[in-house]
Amino acid sequence: MGLIRIALLAFAFAGAAQAQDKFITVASTTSTEQSGLFKHLLPIFEKKSGIQVRVVAVGTGQALDIGRRGDADVLLVHAKPLEEKFIAEGYGVKRQDVMYNDFVLIGPKSDRARVAGTRDVVAAFRKVKDAQAPFVSRGDRSGTHFAELEIWKLAGIDIAKEKGPWYRDTGQGMGPALNTAAAMNAYILSDRGTWLSFKNRGELAVAVEGDRRLFNQYGVMLVNPARHPHVKVAMGQAFIDWLLSTEGQQAIGDYKINGQQLFFPNAGS
Amino acid sequence: MAASILPLVLENVGYAPRGEPLIAGVSLEIAAGPSTIILGANGAGKSVLMRLMHGLLPPSSGRVRWSESDAASLRRRQAMVFQRPVMLRRSALANVIYAMKLANIRAGERESQALAALDEVGLRHLAHRPARVLSGGEQQRLALARAWALHPEVLFLDEPTANLDPAAVREIERIIKAFDAAGTKIVMATHNLGQARRLGDEVIYLQAGRVMERAPIASFFARPATAEAAAFMKGELPWV
Amino acid sequence: MGAIGEGLRRVLELDRELWHIVALSLEVSLSAVVIATALGLPLGAVLAVKRFPGRRTIIVLLNALMGLPPVVVGLLIYLLLSRAGPLGELGLLFTPGAMIIAQSVLVLPIIAALARQALEDAWREYEEQLRSLGAREFAAAVTLIWDARFSLVTAVLAGLGRAAAEVGAVMIVGGNIDGVTRVMTTAIALETSKGDLPLALGLGFVLITLVLLLNAAAQLVKETAERRFG
Repeated sequence: MGLIRIALLAFAFAGAAQAQDKFITVASTTSTEQSGLFKHLLPIFEKKSGIQVRVVAVGTGQALDIGRRGDADVLLVHAKPLEEKFIAEGYGVKRQDVMYNDFVLIGPKSDRARVAGTRDVVAAFRKVKDAQAPFVSRGDRSGTHFAELEIWKLAGIDIAKEKGPWYRDTGQGMGPALNTAAAMNAYILSDRGTWLSFKNRGELAVAVEGDRRLFNQYGVMLVNPARHPHVKVAMGQAFIDWLLSTEGQQAIGDYKINGQQLFFPNAGS
Repeated sequence: MAASILPLVLENVGYAPRGEPLIAGVSLEIAAGPSTIILGANGAGKSVLMRLMHGLLPPSSGRVRWSESDAASLRRRQAMVFQRPVMLRRSALANVIYAMKLANIRAGERESQALAALDEVGLRHLAHRPARVLSGGEQQRLALARAWALHPEVLFLDEPTANLDPAAVREIERIIKAFDAAGTKIVMATHNLGQARRLGDEVIYLQAGRVMERAPIASFFARPATAEAAAFMKGELPWV
Repeated sequence: MGAIGEGLRRVLELDRELWHIVALSLEVSLSAVVIATALGLPLGAVLAVKRFPGRRTIIVLLNALMGLPPVVVGLLIYLLLSRAGPLGELGLLFTPGAMIIAQSVLVLPIIAALARQALEDAWREYEEQLRSLGAREFAAAVTLIWDARFSLVTAVLAGLGRAAAEVGAVMIVGGNIDGVTRVMTTAIALETSKGDLPLALGLGFVLITLVLLLNAAAQLVKETAERRFG
């Protein structure tokens, strides 16, 4: 075993040698990365601070798990109840609002459930179920998935019991799930960012948007150094402070796809 | 001059790897001097006996004893040539040098002695050819050169010309005679009576894993003592 | 067909980013193959030449491990290297080092099992002659490996193919971090999940071309050497 440790240490040095030492690991979600926000945001921060931000983009559930394990320094996710639980259990230091974006209900132009153009997403979900129109769910414990489950609950539907063959639980990320929905001409709840960047639309279009219940709040947390002493507290906090600063909030608001703003900064609100 | 590894003594040696004995009750003393031919039909156990003597197979019963006890020294002073030569994927010269390296022959002397060995067997001009592209006869000569470079005390040969054409056979036999003339003890298995006559001084006749008869070559061919040997000769030479 | 063309055009637009992804892919997979060969060849040789109790079980196990699902290997190495895991202090998770480790684990059984088979076949041919010449086990194994080098190159190439092609292991232990642990396969997975299929196709085409070139180069080396040594 000793020999193996020596070999692995050699690896660690090799890995560290080629990378800089001045970096933090941020666990975030696939939808956030795929929106392109980080490509826009991080160069600004890195230039100002000299700190490289390495983003591991996974599902919300896995991002929180990474935080619990101490494999990241900072978490940036969008599932407030789960974040508060994270803090309560002592894995994180403090939870702060950063920005929000919204979800949209996507549907086929043929619109079997007759919901296109309406503003009540809860009513729309009921109509989809009643029409037994094909509906694709992410089913992967992601922030989007939880938002979808929340809406079913608000509609008074116990989806786990009442689902039928029209409801497809795919266990996929946002992009692949949209691909599946496009192939099946199904309804699907998506974050706006991924939808705007999504190229493979087929017959799909935005059916329902603007309902307050579709707003998707992002929170940022520092992984608790009391739990994981190796966490890069100073650099991690510097990133968090920047995100919440006027400059960071401005940078978030400046990010646009096809002229459309995706994220709405709301720190301190 | 170190002490000889001969005589080789087999004491009631048997070989029965899977119950069925391939060699049984063989007691022999192989002394220096006369070229010994192990004669017998296919399946008589000649190859097995050769491997038992050379140390490639452990006997199931009995003992194989040389005059030398140091295993490494023993290994170096015998060589074996098989029915099908096995060459490494390198040049003819490199194959000879490889064997010399294993025999701990000094590095400075290897190349010149290897070339001399190739000369002896008439392969000098093919020294740098890849060994595996040589013809069957050439590879067998190379095997003999490889053995020659070691100057072994005993040379075992297991049907060395079974797969060769007459011209190649003649060449191989010439080289074997050269070994004999240089003082190497020859122990050769064959079922070729003519070859036995040309190269051998004494015959050990093997049948069904047992030694039936042992005699000087002339008397064996003139009048075999056992009925089995007589039958064998008749089978090999039906006009006798 | 047009999708590939568009994909290639998009790929060429990436230049610096693409170059970094390709370079990292080569670094990770080639390093893994070097390590797996250094460990797997001797293992295969020992299994081919030595007889010992449990040998057959190990051979069966090794053959079975050739089919290890990359994503499972990734998960296991992830649990090992995580800060919450036994080797967490090394800080290797989400670095190219972790990816090399995971791919080495994946490729080792392939090289060892294929080497074992090639060397066992060679041993059958050479054993008597080498023992007759007095080669003891270690020397015989080394000679065997050198003589069987052409078949062994094929085993190494099989390992390289596996490493270059897999996505499950490097995705989990590397985290597909932009500019740090993103390789060709994880980039393809990402672009596909974003719905950008032409770019994914283009990257796929580059990956296949790369592997083809590596194999062609190996074949050339083999043929030249075969002509020299027979």
